[in-house]
Amino acid sequence: MLTMAVDGKFLQSIPYFAGLSAAELDSISRLVMEKKAERRDIILHEGEPAEAIYFVVSGALKLFKTSAEGKEQILSILRPGDSFNDVPVFDDGSNPASAEAMGPVVLYELGKSDFKALLRNNSVVAANTITVLAEQVRRMVSLIEDLSFRHVIGRVARILLEYADGAAPGARLTQQDMAAMAGTAREVVGRSLKSLEQEGVIKFDRHRIVIVDREALTDMVESPL
Amino acid sequence: MVEMPVIDPEKCNACGLCVDVCPCGALVMTNGLLTVIETELCGWCLQCEVVCLSGALSCAFEIIVDEE
Repeated sequence: MLTMAVDGKFLQSIPYFAGLSAAELDSISRLVMEKKAERRDIILHEGEPAEAIYFVVSGALKLFKTSAEGKEQILSILRPGDSFNDVPVFDDGSNPASAEAMGPVVLYELGKSDFKALLRNNSVVAANTITVLAEQVRRMVSLIEDLSFRHVIGRVARILLEYADGAAPGARLTQQDMAAMAGTAREVVGRSLKSLEQEGVIKFDRHRIVIVDREALTDMVESPL
Repeated sequence: MVEMPVIDPEKCNACGLCVDVCPCGALVMTNGLLTVIETELCGWCLQCEVVCLSGALSCAFEIIVDEE
């Protein structure tokens, strides 16, 4: 659903528009459309032509890619103030990832041609854009490092075995705890646990992780993937 | 008693994102205070924990071996 009501104060809080005058923000607000979505609505489909950049006003979304086998890798969780679909707006490519609302969300949508015109005509927006994209590159490089070079499954397997064997009786672990212990990102731990579940090594029983095939898990520790 | 996500009120900044994303309505914000309602519907989906930037929500796992 698209409407026209746009909050100028919110625009000021978006990194792309930091440092702009009230008049400049006002002119941008006339280009922006408000879009609302509900839980599980797909805002963007990976691979489709990109028409706009989006800013999260309220709610949360997940940005993810799906492999040919249907495995989902979450790239990031988007919260108020975050933007997404920035890259294809600049390189005229397709949407690099899909975006799904995790609950009710309000977004601001700015069309590709309008955003490009802003970039050409406003040096503050141009400088802000470099900063925003640099931060995104840094975050993605860190995720790539985790996904490509580290034997995370072996480390997650070790953590599971240690805790199942009473390394800290009664202790419970969040995925964030496991990520900190394995020296990786939470998203990577989530994917490792899903892989272990798909291979039948563990199963999820609500708030319990049940080790089903202890031998297989032990082998993973000894010879991490 | 149903195990439910744990809230750390010291860390909660009452942003309400967890309430928005919770698919079973187990989280309620009243006058800036977040509370959790016990419900069998909570499937430990972790969405509340994932969206919380301040680390105020924990969905911790007990790790056990299937002895069967």
